[in-house]
Amino acid sequence: MSFDLSLILESLPLMLAGIGITLKLLLVSGFLGLILAVALLLMRISGKFYLDWPAQAYIYVFRGTPILVQIFIIYYGLPQFEAVRDSIFWHILREPTGCAIVALTLNTGAYVSEILRGGVLGVDRGLLEAGSALGMSARHKFVYITTPIATRLSLPAYSNDVISLLKSTALASTITIADMTGIARTIVADTYAPYEIFISLAIVYMIFTLGLQKLFGVIERYLGRYTRRDG
Amino acid sequence: MDSMTDTETRPLIKMIKVNKFFGPFQALKNIDLEVYKGEKIVICGPSGSGKSTLIRCINRLEEHNDGNIIIDGIELTDKVEDIDAVRREVGMVFQSFNLFPHMTIAKNLMIAQQLVRKTPKAKAREIAMLYLERVKIPEQADKYPIQLSGGQQQRVAIARALCMRPEIILFDEPTSALDPEMINEVLDVMIDLARDGMTMVCVTHEMGFARSVADRVIFMDAGEIVEQAEPAEFFDNPENERTKVFLNQILSH
Ligand SMILES: Nc1ncnc2c1ncn2[C@@H]1O[C@H](COP(=O)(O)OP(=O)(O)O)[C@@H](O)[C@H]1O
Ligand SMILES: [Mg+2]
Repeated sequence: MSFDLSLILESLPLMLAGIGITLKLLLVSGFLGLILAVALLLMRISGKFYLDWPAQAYIYVFRGTPILVQIFIIYYGLPQFEAVRDSIFWHILREPTGCAIVALTLNTGAYVSEILRGGVLGVDRGLLEAGSALGMSARHKFVYITTPIATRLSLPAYSNDVISLLKSTALASTITIADMTGIARTIVADTYAPYEIFISLAIVYMIFTLGLQKLFGVIERYLGRYTRRDG
Repeated sequence: MDSMTDTETRPLIKMIKVNKFFGPFQALKNIDLEVYKGEKIVICGPSGSGKSTLIRCINRLEEHNDGNIIIDGIELTDKVEDIDAVRREVGMVFQSFNLFPHMTIAKNLMIAQQLVRKTPKAKAREIAMLYLERVKIPEQADKYPIQLSGGQQQRVAIARALCMRPEIILFDEPTSALDPEMINEVLDVMIDLARDGMTMVCVTHEMGFARSVADRVIFMDAGEIVEQAEPAEFFDNPENERTKVFLNQILSH
């Protein structure tokens, strides 16, 4: 078996046409997932069981099932219900891209909320006591002490989740979406050259991952500036 | 509300038969304590005797289970407004400094002024610089806590408490986490405060400080106040057997 370099050079531009979709899936579900994660986090740490329990149940369900299955349920399963077809969400859920974004958002939200909770729990209790002793309210302490420190503590695990989300976007190709992986699969079907095509696809994802790693590295160094003696 | 004579004769801190439990364990037993304006109290006693718990009840970092705690006429109950009011009067300095690591020194001193006292930023910074000068480190204002030595960090923590203009400052072993060569710079600041008439309750084993600054020394053991006396009396003529054993232990080295 030979390795066809020209095939790679021809197919790379085609796959790169899917970058837009891949990035859209990543950025939109990453952003919405983060908002969902913060909401779940606030429910988890509210100290109110009627907020905490539903959030725990939600997190359990979405961490306990494969994301591919979640995508299939949302894409194939939900349209069977008339209530869904009649709802305001239908114009999102009838598009495969909408379904993929919903699934990725719901999934990453569950993971990220637990990452953030780890950060919140990592904040030194003494700092919150100092805040109380100074007369700061619970909200003040959360906004000015807990949030900035928990953000820094969560960042390494969070960047890991974003990279993992990038790769989960490839699952969208299973529901007809022409992201980079979707396009690669079409090319493979036409050319019968899975080896060349999928290896170049893998390299494209690696380049993206490298970019994300660098970006988070910069943010980590910025947020960690006060943890270094040399400033 | 209160007449002049009332505020002058009324204790700033009054604890009546205070009990505190952690689960089944009783950390404070029938604590009675009065502290008057300008008084300096030193609390000592073996580890685990309830010293921290006692002073943490004064600003409600711990909730007492029964008895009464009345701070400058305000009784501590579940009422949030009363807790806030008491915390505005009571500053606290911790063994582990507890400076906010993500804020510069100046910001550490400004944040509660801005949020709690609603002091405008420029004014808050001015007050912050005033107290940084008082603890003799104004040049560190724009550094982060990690860039300072332990002694400097603790002086910042004292300045941070002072910025809120408290009536009372509580110290929980403020020099115990410090390297020996830094203890005096912190004690000097505390002595300076004491001379200025601040009401202070200090948990400390710095017996030199207790002797020269305290109006009263309190010895605690197993959740009880065992003995309290003026320093000369306390050190030279302790009455209780447990006090004698304790003093022997800490003064023998
Ligand atoms: N949050 C807590 N939960 C359970 N036990 C506690 C807690 N805080 C303190 N204690 C216990 O109460 C006792 C008194 O503690 P503390 O006031 O910190 O003593 P000291 O400051 O004199 O060393 C100790 O036996 C300690 O283990
Ligand atoms: Mg203690």
